[in-house]
Amino acid sequence: MNSEKKKIKAPAFHVEKREGISFRKACAIRATAVVLSLIVCAIVIVLITGQNPLEVYGGIIDGAVGTSRRFWVTVRETVILLLIAVGLVPVFRMKFWNIGAEGQILMGATASAALMIYIKDSIPNFLLILIIMIGGMVVGMLWAFIPAFFKANYNTNETLFTLMMNYIAMQIVNCLIVIWENPVGSNTVGIINGATKAGWFPSIFGNAYALNIIITLVATVCISVYMKMDKHGYEIDVVGAGTRTALYAGINVKKVICRTMMLSGALCGLAGSVIVSGASHTISTSTAGGRGFTAIIVAWMSKFNPIAMLAISAFLSFMQQGAIQIASQFGLNENASDIITGILLFFLIGCEFFINYRMERTDRGDTEDKAS
Amino acid sequence: MSEEKAIELKGVTKYFGDTAANDHVDLALNKGEILAVLGENGSGKTTLMNMISGIYFPDKGHIYVHGNEVSIGSPKDAFNLGIGMVHQHFKLINVMSALENIVLGIDPPEGGFNLQKIRDEIIRLSEDYGFEIDPDKKIYNMSVSEKQTVEIIKVLYRGADILILDEPTAVLTPQESDKLFNVLRGMKEHGHSIIIITHKLNEVLDISDRVTVLRKGKNAGTALTKDMTVDLLTEMMVGEKITLDIERTSPVNPSKRMVVEDLTVMNGEGIPALKHVTFEARSGEILGVAGISGSGQKELLESIAGLAAPENGNIRFYSDKGEEKDRNDTSIAFVPEDRLGMGLVASMNVTDNVMLRSYNEGKGRFVERKKPFELAKKIIKALSVVIPDMSIRISSLSGGNVQKILLGREISQKPDVLLVAYPTRGLDINSSFTIYNELNEQKKNGVCVICVIEDLDVLLDISDRIIVLSGGRLSGTEDARSSNKERIGRLMTGLEAEK
Repeated sequence: MNSEKKKIKAPAFHVEKREGISFRKACAIRATAVVLSLIVCAIVIVLITGQNPLEVYGGIIDGAVGTSRRFWVTVRETVILLLIAVGLVPVFRMKFWNIGAEGQILMGATASAALMIYIKDSIPNFLLILIIMIGGMVVGMLWAFIPAFFKANYNTNETLFTLMMNYIAMQIVNCLIVIWENPVGSNTVGIINGATKAGWFPSIFGNAYALNIIITLVATVCISVYMKMDKHGYEIDVVGAGTRTALYAGINVKKVICRTMMLSGALCGLAGSVIVSGASHTISTSTAGGRGFTAIIVAWMSKFNPIAMLAISAFLSFMQQGAIQIASQFGLNENASDIITGILLFFLIGCEFFINYRMERTDRGDTEDKAS
Repeated sequence: MSEEKAIELKGVTKYFGDTAANDHVDLALNKGEILAVLGENGSGKTTLMNMISGIYFPDKGHIYVHGNEVSIGSPKDAFNLGIGMVHQHFKLINVMSALENIVLGIDPPEGGFNLQKIRDEIIRLSEDYGFEIDPDKKIYNMSVSEKQTVEIIKVLYRGADILILDEPTAVLTPQESDKLFNVLRGMKEHGHSIIIITHKLNEVLDISDRVTVLRKGKNAGTALTKDMTVDLLTEMMVGEKITLDIERTSPVNPSKRMVVEDLTVMNGEGIPALKHVTFEARSGEILGVAGISGSGQKELLESIAGLAAPENGNIRFYSDKGEEKDRNDTSIAFVPEDRLGMGLVASMNVTDNVMLRSYNEGKGRFVERKKPFELAKKIIKALSVVIPDMSIRISSLSGGNVQKILLGREISQKPDVLLVAYPTRGLDINSSFTIYNELNEQKKNGVCVICVIEDLDVLLDISDRIIVLSGGRLSGTEDARSSNKERIGRLMTGLEAEK
């Protein structure tokens, strides 16, 4: 029709949402992602350090599970990360973007440290531990309630609010370090109750981290049941699907937001207690150590499935501990492992795109039109 | 009239998932004319225009601008072709002035913009076409109509000669609409070609030269506006008459069940969407609600259901003995327009959806899923829902099956009042019949059914009485057995009320 018809440039591919994918195909895509990421990591290792990538991988494995002690440290880190991720499940199912776990952990940890410092061994240890756990939960809960209250009543942005609460928590800890400084002038709190071990989690069956594991397992089971079977869990899912539906179903959205966020804060606070009483026995601004953010990845990547959360927590802790090893063994700094973890996560999260969508060649339909 | 075509579409098709939003649509806009694109909600008007303005890329088909085939991959491409779109939802930056918004997105010339020159040009443009605008006024200080003016000037300033306006009058008062239409006529005289999307019939007759009607994503016909009437347009819009083979029984002992008095309800933007509406609804009858979409139907149903607080007026409920009773003692079932976004949870399975309204009834902490599961099975059997597996998420069912579950759940609570909005929109004929039969069944059981249906033939066949809304006001109450489509159509457009 037009002699000077221009060349039509249409996009060669377009993206389409998959209706569903078989479990096997999804696994294959994920496995491909892991293999690809290990290859890319190897290239990066050779380029940056000139080391043999297989040796570096060996160092990571050695550092994470090479000795009994290293193995148990990896387990300790795994359960703490899992506990925080479990705590985040309810709020994220509600589509409440709580990135303030870091602050909630820190406040729980602070409460625990305060109780250890002020109560000392004046009461039986089991009672002190109980008080520490309750204290950590209550403080974490209150810390989480603040952004929830404002979200529910004034529709403030919870992402910014919870993020900023993290920095407030950090400054509170800074102030308290000045008060609790030990020894004077060190600008650290030091090991609390090092001699009496008051408020420290006791060894059970000769294992120092048994209580950590038990607390996490109990919390994981409770939250799974809560989300699956409890009326609250159902309400959380409905609110997450949209406030219009929740309103239609007669759910008090404000109440659900506050309640769920408080639950989440309590669990993060409890994680803070576990870190202080069950692992570090001290407090500093890095007590939470970014776990509050890492746990977000754990929760979302596992799509809130408890088994998957355990696996991903273990994987990330494994890489973390391996990093410490390769840092000393190969004279790299710990960022090397962050790079490796980053590449792995990039591929693992990126492959979700191919699980949810597929690429299709664009069909301009010329042939079909002529036929019809 | 010049026969040269500004835009021509051939066989344009766009799919969203498995549903065709546009199915092989042909459309032509002549140079220097105003073309109205008319269609009900969901008929694919906006999708089609979005493909011309570069927001979507068609899956199939060809677009010609001034006779050349083009590929419009982005709004920038559209802009380079001289196509400008004024969207229904304005795309302006609130904290900036009109001038800044107009300049935004244009590559600055060397040495930056000469704002004074641009300001003069904007003022010249507005004088040419009869706009009123203060270029330095911030957007957040502007009324809706002023914002729209900014959008139009933005498009004109960039040199667009083809304008697309998506439901421009939806947010305007009648006076503002008249003003806009004068401006559009002025632009036409300056040689611009204009497409105006609307579902208001009187506007089509008022402003356009030609009209293309879309129905269910397809072109249902194009005609010269001067040959058209409200009735002809309505028929094109709603399609062939479907004869419903449903027996309409006479209401059995209808008694006053609900009285709505002087009801005024605001929409989400705080503008009154329902104005001083008064009517009575009776048990054992189907009360149809007619009206062009957006005339306050949604607000009416939501306020009856207790989801939207009335600004003014009240809703009273009555027992069979005629005594007034509390809303809380009245069982109100509601099948909302937005099935998956309000009535159901898209990501949940059928059982979890069936218990949405009743999950809190049982004692104890835990949700009781056994009874909802049985109820779900019962609904599936009674309304012949096709479902491959009880565990799949409800959004993967077809629209008809989704609606059957929703209606089934609402009916299962043995309502006194049953509200249904567009119960068969997007449904195939068999599912539609199942739904209509079920509504009739409820009527026989003495339920007061209030039903919003856009298809007037169906509405006339199934209702006992019909109330008509026009621009948020009640423009008439009709006996469905003696009224006809033409009468209702005129009431819908508000023409009848003026006579």
